[in-house]
Amino acid sequence: ELGFDGVYRAATGFRYLISGADDITVRDLAKRLLVNAVIQQWTVGEIYPTFPQESASSGAIEIFPMRDLSDEGLLALSKDRRAALDLSEMKVIRAYFRKDHRDPTDVELETIAQTWSEHCVHKTFKARINVSDRGVKSQINSLIKTYLRSATDEINSPWVLSAFVDNAGIIEFDDEYEVSFKVETHNHPSAIEPFGGANTGIGGVIRDVIGVSAKPIAATDILCFGPQNLDPSVLPAGVLHPRRIQSGVVAGVQDYGNKIGIPTVNGAIFYDEGYTANPLVFCGCVGLAPKGKHVRRPGEGDRVIVLGGQTGRDGLRGATFSSMTMDAQTGEVSGSSVQIGDPITEKGLIDVIVRARDLGLYHAINDCGAGGLSSAVGEMASTCGAYVDLAEVRLKYPGLAPWEIWLSEAQERMVLAVASENIPALRELCETFDTEMTDIGDFSNSGKLIVRYGEQIVLNLTNEFLHQGIPQRQLSAVIAYRLTTDGSTVSSQLPTTNLSDTLLKLLSHPNICSKASIIHLYDHEVQGGTVVKPLTGVLADGPSDACVLKPIGTKGMKGIVLSNGINPEYGKFDTYRMAWSVVDEAIRNAVAVGADPGRIAILDNFCWGDPLRPETLGTLVEAAKGCHDAAVHYGTPFISGKDSLNNEYYGTDGLRHAIPPTLLISALGLIDDVNMSVTMDLKKAGNLLYLVGEFAPTFGGSHFNLVIGGQEVSENVPGPTRIAPKVYAALHKAICNDLVCSIHDLSEGGLAVAAAEMVIGGRLGLEVNLTAVDSIRMLFGETNGCLLVEVAPENALMFEKKIENLPVLRVATILEKQALVVCNNNQTLFSIPIGDLVKAWSSSR
Amino acid sequence: MKPIALVLQARGTNRELDVMEAIALAGAEPEGVPLNNLRAGKNHFIDYQMLILPGGFSYADALGAGKLLALDLNSYFSDEISAFVDSGKPVIGICNGFQALVKSGILPGNEAFASPARAKQSYKGTMSPAKQDDSGRGEIALLAKERLARNDMATLTFNAQGHFECRWVTLQPISEICVWTRGLDERIECPIAHGEGNFRVADDFIANRLGLQDQIALSYVHADGSPANGEYPANPNGSMLDIAGICNPAGNVLGLMPHPENHIYPYQHPHRTRGIHFGSGLPVFVNGVRYASLL
Repeated sequence: ELGFDGVYRAATGFRYLISGADDITVRDLAKRLLVNAVIQQWTVGEIYPTFPQESASSGAIEIFPMRDLSDEGLLALSKDRRAALDLSEMKVIRAYFRKDHRDPTDVELETIAQTWSEHCVHKTFKARINVSDRGVKSQINSLIKTYLRSATDEINSPWVLSAFVDNAGIIEFDDEYEVSFKVETHNHPSAIEPFGGANTGIGGVIRDVIGVSAKPIAATDILCFGPQNLDPSVLPAGVLHPRRIQSGVVAGVQDYGNKIGIPTVNGAIFYDEGYTANPLVFCGCVGLAPKGKHVRRPGEGDRVIVLGGQTGRDGLRGATFSSMTMDAQTGEVSGSSVQIGDPITEKGLIDVIVRARDLGLYHAINDCGAGGLSSAVGEMASTCGAYVDLAEVRLKYPGLAPWEIWLSEAQERMVLAVASENIPALRELCETFDTEMTDIGDFSNSGKLIVRYGEQIVLNLTNEFLHQGIPQRQLSAVIAYRLTTDGSTVSSQLPTTNLSDTLLKLLSHPNICSKASIIHLYDHEVQGGTVVKPLTGVLADGPSDACVLKPIGTKGMKGIVLSNGINPEYGKFDTYRMAWSVVDEAIRNAVAVGADPGRIAILDNFCWGDPLRPETLGTLVEAAKGCHDAAVHYGTPFISGKDSLNNEYYGTDGLRHAIPPTLLISALGLIDDVNMSVTMDLKKAGNLLYLVGEFAPTFGGSHFNLVIGGQEVSENVPGPTRIAPKVYAALHKAICNDLVCSIHDLSEGGLAVAAAEMVIGGRLGLEVNLTAVDSIRMLFGETNGCLLVEVAPENALMFEKKIENLPVLRVATILEKQALVVCNNNQTLFSIPIGDLVKAWSSSR
Repeated sequence: MKPIALVLQARGTNRELDVMEAIALAGAEPEGVPLNNLRAGKNHFIDYQMLILPGGFSYADALGAGKLLALDLNSYFSDEISAFVDSGKPVIGICNGFQALVKSGILPGNEAFASPARAKQSYKGTMSPAKQDDSGRGEIALLAKERLARNDMATLTFNAQGHFECRWVTLQPISEICVWTRGLDERIECPIAHGEGNFRVADDFIANRLGLQDQIALSYVHADGSPANGEYPANPNGSMLDIAGICNPAGNVLGLMPHPENHIYPYQHPHRTRGIHFGSGLPVFVNGVRYASLL
C-alpha cells in the first residue's frame, strides 16, 4: 500500500487537448511529436495505466547446455541473449565450463557478457592490431597502453594521483585536497529516449566521481546532434528527429544537474548529419575530496552494502546494448535499456557518502553503472572475492529473475565494503538522509565470485577467469592516404566583396552561434564557485573559452579550470591532426582563462564507428597516436578516458549511417589565484589587440568551407604547432603579471570570428589592420595554437618582452565606435555594426 | 555570542552549503539540520536564533515547487515554526525556501487578508461539498479555513518564459520593516536559478496591501537601478510589481527568489574582470545576523 487505504498503485500521465485537427492529424501529431513509444503508451480518448506485471518471484534460473554446442550454436546463443560476444570469446567460455564439468547458468553467461563487454573492458582499445600504413605493416599491442597510458607514464607528473585505474582520474589540488574528473558518453540510450538517456548519463558520471569518494562540484556536457532543420522525410526509420533529440537531451541534462545541485559550467554543441541517428552525449563531472581519503581495498569479512535506489528491470543489458550497432528495431528491443534518473535520491547518496568517508566507515566503494551489481561487486571483488545473496536485494516489484536482479542497471545505487562494526553508524547516516541501505553479502579471500539466490548457487566463477580470461581481440587496421597542406584552394577564386556577409554567415552557423538559450537552462551558479562563467561580458552573452571554479571550503584563492576541445570536421579529413588539434584546443582554452599550462591534465573520449572495419580502425589508431604525440609534446598527461564505438546505424535503406570520427578532449587545469583569471570580452577603447602564436591558417575542415559550400578542398586541416607550449607558457607569465585585459582563442571561423566574439562580449568596436597577401585566408582560415590578446598601451612593451622570440603580431586597436572594422594594407575591407554581429550570432540559421 | 542558525535540509535541498558560507561570513554559526533530525526530536527549533530555508528542489518539486516541503512544515512543525516566527527571530527562505514559505502560508502571512468571505470562497474551491456543510461551525474549522485562505493569497508560479532560467539580476532593497533589508541602500547583484519564481497574488487588494505595509522587500530593477517594469530579462520571471522578495507584516520573515548567498565574494561577480566590485549579497545576511544577535 502507498499509505492510503485501498490504494496500491498510482500513475501519472499527460493529457493534451488538441482542437482544430482531424483524427488522422491528431494521431500523426501524437506519434511524431508528443509520445516516445519506447517508454510511453498513448491513445486518443480515455487511457488506463499499465503497471508492471506482478508474478511470484520464482528464482528460476536457466542452464545453457553450452559444452555441447557447435561454433554456430555458440554464436546463435550469443545473439539470442544479445550478449555481443564473438566466437573466440564464446569458445573460451565453453572451454571454461567443459573444464568445470558443468554448463553455465543464465546469471553466469550474462555476467561474463557484461564483464567482457566493449563498454566495460574496452576490447578494441586493448586489442592486438595489425596495422597497414600505405603498405608498411606494423603491430600495436593495445592502443591504451601504447598511446594513452604511455603518454602519461612518459610525462610522469608528480601531481597526477590516479590515472586510468579509478572510476575517475585524480590530480592534486593543494596540500589538502585532490580533484577528480571523469567524462562519460551516453549515446545509445539518448538516441532512443533522449530525456532519460541524457538524464541518467549525468547521473552516471556523477556516481563515477562519488565512486572516488569525492563530492561532485561541477558538471560538463558536450553534445552532438543531427541538423535541427533536417527534412523529416529523409529521417531513417526508427530514428527520432534531431530537434526532438536535442530538446529531450537538453531537458535531461537540465533536470538532473539542476535538481541535484551541481553547476553545469562547460560544454559545446556540434551539428552534423552523421549524428542524426547517433547523437553523442558526453557528460562530465568534477569532484573534490580531501587528499588520500579514497580507499580501494575491501577487507575480508566486510559486508557488501548497497546504498540508494531499489532494483527493477531498468536498463537491462545496457553494457552489451551500448556495444552494438543500432537498427530500426533497437528502440523496441532495447527500450528497457533506458532508465529515468532520480537526482534527489542521488543527492542523498552524496550526503551519506561524503560523511561516511570522513568518518572512515568503508574500505572500498564503487558505483552501479552499466552492468549493475554484477559490474560493481565484480570489480570490487576482483582482487579478493565475494559471496552475495540476491534474495536480499531490495526490489521495486517482485517477479525479477536472479539474472535480472544481478544485471539490473537501476540508477542511483552505490556499493560499499563496510566492516560489520561500522554498520550501525552507516545505518544512522542513511536514515538521516532518507537513503536505503541493504546488506547483500560479504567480501572474502576466496578468489571467487559466488552468487546465490536463497539457497541456490546461481553463479560461481573464479576471478581469474572473469577478469583475465577474455581473449585479446585480433584486429586489422588500414591507414588511409593523408592530405597535406598544399596551399591556397579557394581564396584566389573568391570575390573580396562579400567578406562581411561571410563573417555574418559564420557567426550564425549552428556550431558557432550563441548557445545562450540552452546555457541559461542550466544552473551554473549553485555551490557558489563559478568565477568565469559560461557566458561573459557586458551583457553576459560572450562565449567563455573555459570555466574557472573556486570551490567553497578550500583555503586560499586557488581554482580549477575546465575546458574542452572537439572538432569532428577535422576528423572527417585526418584523425591524427584532429587529435593534435583538439588536445591543443582544450589546453589553449584553459590557458586563455588563466590556467597554469604546467598543471593541466586531460581526458579522452573517443566516439567512433565499427572498429571491425579496418579503415575505421585505421582512423582510430591515427587519432590515438595523435593523442599520444600531442600530450607528450605539451607535457599534459591523460588521467582518464572512455570510448564509445559502434556508433553506426543500419537504416531500412540498407545503408550504414556512421558518425564522423569524434574525439573529445576535456581539460582539467589549475589556476593559482582565481582573481587573475581572464575573460574574452574586450575591456577598453584604446587598448591593443595582439595575435599570439604560430599562425598557419588553412581551409581544410574549416567552417568557412561549410558556409561557402561547393568548394573543392585540396588542403589539410590545421597541423601540429610545435611552438605552442612555449607560447602558452609565455602568455601565462604575462597573465600572472597582470599584463593582459582579455584573451580569446582562434577556433572555428578563424581570426574574424574570434575578433567578432570579443567585440560582442565587450560591446566595444575593433579596428583590425592586416598586412596580408591573402586576406580571406587570414580572416577565415583555421589554425592551431593561436589567441587574440588585449593589452593596454602602457603595458605593450612589457607584454611584447614576455612574448619575445615567439610569434606575436599587433593586429588591432579597440574602438569606442560600435563596429568591427577590418582593413588590409590600409584599405577598408568591411565594417559591421556591433548590432548586426549580435543579431547574426544570436540567431542560428 | 554568535547566533546559531538552523539551516533546514529537506530531501532535495541543494544550496545549503552556499547559504551556510554566507551566514558564517556574516558572523553567525550555521548548522545544517536534516529535517529528519527535527522530526526525530534530535534538534529543536527553539534552540536556534535564526531559521534558514535554503534553495534546491525539495522532494523534486513534485506537485509544484516547495509544495511538499510546505506540507512538511505545516504537518510536523506547525507549532514550532509559528512560535519561532512569532518570537520575532529572523527567518529567511531563498528560492525553494521562499516557495515553501509561500505555499505553507507563512508568507506573506497577513492575517487580516483572510476575511471570512475570502476564507469561505477559498474553502469552497478546495474541499468536497459534503464537508462544506460544516463551514462556520466551530473554531477549529475556522482556523483551518483561514490557513487555507492564507495559502491562497499568493503563490510562486511558472516563469513567464515557461522554463527554468539561471542568470544574474539586479535587485533594489526596499522594505524598511524587513529586518533583512532595512538600511540597505546599495543595489544587490546576484543570480537567479529557478523555473517557478513568478510571484502572483489573488487580487489587487492584496497587492496594494503588500506595498502599503512595506512588505515588498526586494524588487527586480535594470542594471542602472531603473524599475524593470516587467521587462525581461531584468524581471526574469514575470513577477507582478517586479517583486523579487517579500516579508511578513512583522518584518522578520523574508522570502526571495534570487540567491544573494551566491554573491558574497567579489570574485563571484560576472563583471569582476571589468573592474566592477558592486552589489554584494552579503549585507542581507549581515543584517539578519546583527538583528538575531540583538534579540
